[in-house]
Amino acid sequence: MSGAPASATFPKNARAALANPPLLKAIAHIEETLVSGRRRAIDALPEFEALRDAGRDLKAHTLAHLDLYLEAFERKVMDAGGHVHWAADAAEANSIILDICKAAGARTVTKGKSMITEEVGLNAFLEGNGVRPVETDLGEYIIQLRGETPSHIIAPAVHVNKEQVAADFRRAHTDLDPRRNLDEPVSLLAEARGVLRERFLAADVGITGANFLVAETGSTVIVTNEGNGDLSQILPKTHIVLASIEKVVPTLEDVATIMRLLARSATGQEMSVYTTFSTGPRRPGDPDGPEAFHVVLLDNGRSAMLGTEFEDMLRCIRCGACINHCPVYRSIGGHAYGSVYPGPMGSVLTPSLYGLETSAHLANASTLCGRCESVCPMRIPLPKMLRHWREKEFERHLTPRKARLGLAAWRLLANRPRLYGLTTRLAAWGLARLAGKSGALTSLPLAGGWTKWRDLPAPEGGTFRTEWAKRGRH
Amino acid sequence: MSSREAILGRIRRSLGASGSDAPRHDAVRHHLHTTPRNVVPARGQLPPAERVALFCRKAEEVFASVVRLDRPDGIPSAVADYLRSRNLPQAIRRGDDPRLAALPWEREAQLAVSTGASAGADLVGVSHADAGVAETGTLVLTSGPDNPTTLNFLPDHHIVVVDASTVSGDYETVWADLRRRFGAGAMPRTVNLVTGPSRSADIEETLLLGAHGPRSLHILVVG
Repeated sequence: MSGAPASATFPKNARAALANPPLLKAIAHIEETLVSGRRRAIDALPEFEALRDAGRDLKAHTLAHLDLYLEAFERKVMDAGGHVHWAADAAEANSIILDICKAAGARTVTKGKSMITEEVGLNAFLEGNGVRPVETDLGEYIIQLRGETPSHIIAPAVHVNKEQVAADFRRAHTDLDPRRNLDEPVSLLAEARGVLRERFLAADVGITGANFLVAETGSTVIVTNEGNGDLSQILPKTHIVLASIEKVVPTLEDVATIMRLLARSATGQEMSVYTTFSTGPRRPGDPDGPEAFHVVLLDNGRSAMLGTEFEDMLRCIRCGACINHCPVYRSIGGHAYGSVYPGPMGSVLTPSLYGLETSAHLANASTLCGRCESVCPMRIPLPKMLRHWREKEFERHLTPRKARLGLAAWRLLANRPRLYGLTTRLAAWGLARLAGKSGALTSLPLAGGWTKWRDLPAPEGGTFRTEWAKRGRH
Repeated sequence: MSSREAILGRIRRSLGASGSDAPRHDAVRHHLHTTPRNVVPARGQLPPAERVALFCRKAEEVFASVVRLDRPDGIPSAVADYLRSRNLPQAIRRGDDPRLAALPWEREAQLAVSTGASAGADLVGVSHADAGVAETGTLVLTSGPDNPTTLNFLPDHHIVVVDASTVSGDYETVWADLRRRFGAGAMPRTVNLVTGPSRSADIEETLLLGAHGPRSLHILVVG
C-alpha cells in the first residue's frame, strides 16, 4: 500500500532520534507553545469538561448510527449539486481522485493541509500519473520541498528549524535573488506566501480534507489558520474533498460543540482563524467558487473498527493534544513512529490501518502514564487501547523471543509466592552487596538498557513484601 | 457490489444493525429535525451592550482591529481613515451587497471603489458580515451573488462591516438564523467563520500574521 509505515523499525528510528540534538531542540518548543497555550485556553472556559462529555456522547451517538448519517450526508451533498464517491481503501481513493483530475484536464492541484491525503499517499500517486500536487500549508509546503512526511498532525514541520527552511527555499526558489535575507521566520513566510500565491491562481483542481461532514446540510468543514485551504477550494474550477467516514457529525450544533474543543486542545486558540463550510458547487449568480464539488468518502479499515475494542478511536478529532503531552513523542519526535499518525493516537490507529505485523512496536512505545487520555477532548481511553494491542501482539506471537521468555519467567515466579519472596530477597541482598558503599550500580547484566543512561539505585533494606509485613504487625 | 454498498454493509455488520431498523432511523430523523443544543458557554449570554463589548474585546485579542461607528453612513470615511493610517492607496474592492452599495461612497472623493470578485491584485477588500459571535470575536460571512468569497482571502487587508444588532452570544444563534434565512438543512455555498487575520506558527512555533489570507483584519461595528 502506498504510504505504508516504517513502524517495523521503531527501535532503530527512536535511537537515531535520541542522537539528533537539532531535532530534540525543535520539538522542545511544544511545551511553551502548544501545551501551555492549551492550559490557558481551558482555564478560561468553565464549561470545558462538560463540553468534553458532550463531544464524547455526540460522537458515540453518531458512530452507532454511522451508516444512516452517511446516507443523510450523501443525499444533502447531491441535493446541493455535488458528487459523492465511496472508496473502500487508499488505492480506490487515489484512483477516484486521479479520474476527477483527468476529467478536469488538471496539470497542477493545490492542496489544503490534510492528514487523510497523507494516509493514502495521494501526492506520490498523482505525481506518478502526471498531475503535480502542490502543498500550500506552510508546514506541509516545507516538508514537501524536503521530501519528508509530517512529523506532527497539526504542526507537520515541527522537527525542522528555520535555517533548514531557509536552505530549502534557496534550493527550490531558484528564480529569486540568491543574496536575499532569509534569516527570520517572517521573511520565510513572506517568500512562501508570494511563491504559493502564483500556484493558487494557476491550479486546475483544489483538494482539501475535512474536519467535519455535516449530515444536516451536506456541508464539508475545514478548520485552518493560514487561509490556504480556502484559497485551494475557492479558486480552482474543481474542489475535491477527501474525508474518512468517521468525520460525519449530525448537525451544526454538533459542529459547534466540537469546534469549542478542537482549537483549544490543538493550539490553545479559542477558535481557529478560518472555519469554512462548503456546500455544493457555486450557485447561479455566484461570482466565485468552484464549478464542480466532489466528496470522496474513505473507509480504509475504519468500518472494521466499529464494534471492537478500538471503536472509541473513531471519536478522534485529530487535535494532537495526546501527541503534545506524550513523554515518548516529546523525546523522539514524530518520524520515529514510521507512520503518518505519530504519538498515542497514531500508536492506536496505525495497527488498525496498516496491520499489527509491521507496527507491533508502537503499542510498547508508551509508559502508559495516562497523560494522553487526561487531555483527550473526546475522552478516548488511549492507554486501554494500547494495552489491547499489546495483548494482541502477544496472542499472535509477534512479541520478540526475549520478551516472551522474560514474561514466562515472570509468570513462573508470580504464581509461586514463596519462590517469589525468596528470589526477591536474594536479589535485594545481592544488589546491595554488588553496589557496596556507593549505593548504586553503574552496570548490570540484562539491565544494560537502564544502566547505559543512568545508575541503578541498589535496594536499601528488605523487599516490599517484607517491609509490608513489618508494618502490618504495628 | 459497489464500494458504497460494501462500506455501508460492513458498518451495519460491525454495529449488528440492519439498514431498515426503524428505531435507528427514527433516532437519526429526530436528531436532524430537532437539532438539539449541547453545552453552550455562559460567556456570551449577556445583554446587548455587554455582548458587543465582548465581541470587540475577543476580536482584538486575536489581533483584529476594531472601530465602533454610530451610523452606517460613517463607513466610507472610516474606510478612508483606515487606508490613510496604514499608508495604503485610496482604493478598495467590495461586493454588491445592498448594505454596502447603499453607502455614500461619493463623499470620499479620493476613494476608488471597484466591485466584484477579486482576482488577486487587490490590496484591500471590504465585506459585510451577516453576524458576529461574541464568544470568540468571530465574524460570519456568507457567499452569494453580491458577496464574493475571494474578497475574504485574497486582499492583504480585509475590512468587514458588522451590525451591532447581529452580534450574538454563541454560534447556535447563528445556525438558527441561517435556517430561518436559507431553509432548514440548507446553506449558502460558502459560510466563513473568521476569527482574526490569517496566521501561521509552522516555522519554529513562531506566531506570524498574514500567512495566505489577509495580513490585517479591520472590523467596523455599526450601531
